[in-house]
Order: sequence, then structure tokens, then C-alpha cells
Amino acid sequence: MSEATRRWRRGTLVRDRALSASARSVTFAVPDWPGAAAGQHVDVRLTAPDGYQAVRSYSLARAGTDREIELAVERLPDGEVSPFLVDELEPGDEVELRGPLGGWFVWRPGEQRPVQLIAGGSGIVPLVAIARAHAAADSTAPMRLLASVRTPESALYRDELEQLRATAPTRWHYTRVAPPGWTGPVGRLSPRDLEREVIAGSQHPLVYVCGPTGFVEAVARTLIDLGQTADSIRTERFGGT
Amino acid sequence: MMRPLDGNVLAGPVSGLFAFDATSTRAQCDGCGDVAMIAQAMVYGEPMGYVVRCRLCDSVLLVVVERARHRLLSMPGVRWLRVDTQDDGPAGP
Ligand SMILES: Cc1cc2nc3c(=O)[nH]c(=O)nc-3n(C[C@H](O)[C@H](O)[C@H](O)COP(=O)(O)OP(=O)(O)OC[C@H]3O[C@@H](n4cnc5c(N)ncnc54)[C@H](O)[C@@H]3O)c2cc1C
Ligand SMILES: [Zn+2]
Repeated sequence: MSEATRRWRRGTLVRDRALSASARSVTFAVPDWPGAAAGQHVDVRLTAPDGYQAVRSYSLARAGTDREIELAVERLPDGEVSPFLVDELEPGDEVELRGPLGGWFVWRPGEQRPVQLIAGGSGIVPLVAIARAHAAADSTAPMRLLASVRTPESALYRDELEQLRATAPTRWHYTRVAPPGWTGPVGRLSPRDLEREVIAGSQHPLVYVCGPTGFVEAVARTLIDLGQTADSIRTERFGGT
Repeated sequence: MMRPLDGNVLAGPVSGLFAFDATSTRAQCDGCGDVAMIAQAMVYGEPMGYVVRCRLCDSVLLVVVERARHRLLSMPGVRWLRVDTQDDGPAGP
């Protein structure tokens, strides 16, 4: 990795937008930002007045070479960093950023294989970047997104994904509460749900699974049981129990 | 108990230690012989540093510690690392 990636840069919050009651999109202007591939993340470092530092990773919601980077952060009520990023940070405030990072949980426009994206909660963020990059590149590789959320209100980027429906259609799955009139199953993604919604292993898809650790592990295990090969599944565990 | 992360999260802490993205490098586990990307390993995080374990046999592949003035990288369970010099992206394993 180059000097450019290793360096901590200052990012200034230039725009923010509520994505749900507990999540916010935050866009930082970063001078000399080298651009990123879809699926990459940054490390964000905060320093308290007493010198104490905390570093957390956040996925980029958009690939490309803009000098602005968009992150989307879900607040964990007992968290150290996420409540600050969601509730406290104001336009003009600065954080330190390192990146773009990662070369494995990445989708590149030259990739021809069909792509199945599977998100749990805020795990949708890097998958939004991938769906956006796929549309921007006019890729002809089939792409689908399966997004598991607790409730209709907790879905992030619903409008943006609706606009990408022609190139990367999204299927929403609800684990607690479904919208009125919903006839599908409600509850954790079951093996039957995954069998029905996910591109079959016989088509050799690349599968990207992202979200809380427990979600990613359960989905990846089930996919292997359903006949997907372990090395065609790329995972990004966000942490938690 | 904190559940693991994927090797992806190491991209920042090891950046600058190698001339390439170490997370999309293949490594062989000395314990069981499995070959996988570092990104596919399981990572147990902080506060002391990152302990990186084999996805199959749980052997400790790497330990990564990042401090304000130094980084420490130990590779107790890695037999080899293979760097693909042909392309700059991850090929399928
Ligand atoms: C590569 C990568 C990319 C990530 N991208 C994003 C992103 O785009 N958006 C985003 O909101 N988060 C993302 N995360 C998670 C993020 O890095 C932090 O872990 C998260 O914001 C919690 O930090 P915190 O300081 O608020 O909580 P902490 O103080 O670290 O933890 C508070 C409590 O929450 C639990 N916890 C930690 N993480 C999670 C979790 N993900 N789900 C449930 N419980 C958890 C902990 O076990 C602890 O009990 C990503 C993580 C990784 C590794
Ligand atoms: Zn092993």
C-alpha cells in the first residue's frame, strides 16, 4: 500500500442527511483524496482533548474519484464512536481519515460474473457503493441485492436503490415489522428465503455478504449448505454479537 | 463476547508495512495448510491489537498492534504469503 493510503488526512464535514431515525449519511471534503473502488472502506480516527484516540472503520457509500467521500453511520446506543458521528458532528467539523482501504471486499467494473449482494442493516453501505458503480459503468453483469432490515423505517438508501432497480434490483426482507400489505415472510432470513432470493450456485455468482457479525456468519453458512463455494463468498463482518 | 471481524479490517493497520494491500494477499496456514486471502481470516480486535486466526483451524496466523509511534507485526502461523504481481485487484482464489 502506498504512502498515500497510510497517511491520515483531514476530512471536513460538508453535508449530512438523516437516513433513518438512527443513521446519518455524512459527506467529508478530503483534499488530495485519491479515489476509491466500490466496497472499500476508510478508518476514521477521533482524538479527544486529552489525547485519547479511537479508530473505527466505515465503508464508502460511493466509489470514484470525487474529492468528497460519503459514509453512512448507524448509531449503536452504547457505542463510543458512532453516536458522535451520527449526533454530534456538525458541518465544518474535522475528523482524521485513512484510506481507501481493502482489496478483497471490492467489486471492479471488469468483473463479468453475476453478483449477488446480501446486506443486514447498515451492511448495505458498501453494497450501495457496488450497485452505484455497476450502474455508472454500464456493466452487463447481472446484479441483485437482498437487504434484510428490522422494519421498513430502518431501511437505508431505499430511494437510491429504487432508482437502481433496472440495473440492480433490491429485494427487501423484514425481520421484525413488515410494511402494510406485505405478504412475504417476516423473521430472520431462513434457508428457504436464501434459496428463493439468491442467485443459484450453478450460475457461479460472486456473493458479497455484509452486516453484523452474527448475520454474516449465519448467511454465509447457509449459502455453503445451499451449494455456493466458500471462495465465491466475500464477507465483511461489521462486529457486534 | 466480541465476535470476530474479517481480515478486511486490517487494511488500515497494516497499510504501509507492505508495498501492496496485504488483505488481498494469499497466505498458507502453518497449522492446517489452508490457503486463503488475509481478508478471509477471522480477526479478534482491540484493545490490545488484532489477533488474526485461520478460518478453518483457528491457529493464530498474525498479530497486529498499532500504537501512536510504532506498529508490530508478528506472523506465528503463516507458512508463506503470496503476492500476485500481475494485476492490482484480487483475482478469485
Ligand atoms: C470494514 C468495516 C466497515 C464498517 N462499515 C460500517 C458502516 O459503513 N456503517 C456503520 O454504521 N458501521 C460500520 N462498521 C462498524 C463500525 O466500524 C463500528 O464498529 C460501529 O460504528 C460501532 O462503533 P462504536 O464505537 O459506536 O461502538 P463500540 O463502542 O465499539 O461498541 C459498542 C457496543 O456495540 C457492539 N457492537 C460493535 N459493533 C457492532 C455492530 N456492527 N453491530 C452491533 N453491535 C455492535 C459492541 O460489541 C459493544 O457492545 C464497519 C466495520 C468494519 C470492520
Ligand atoms: Zn489453519
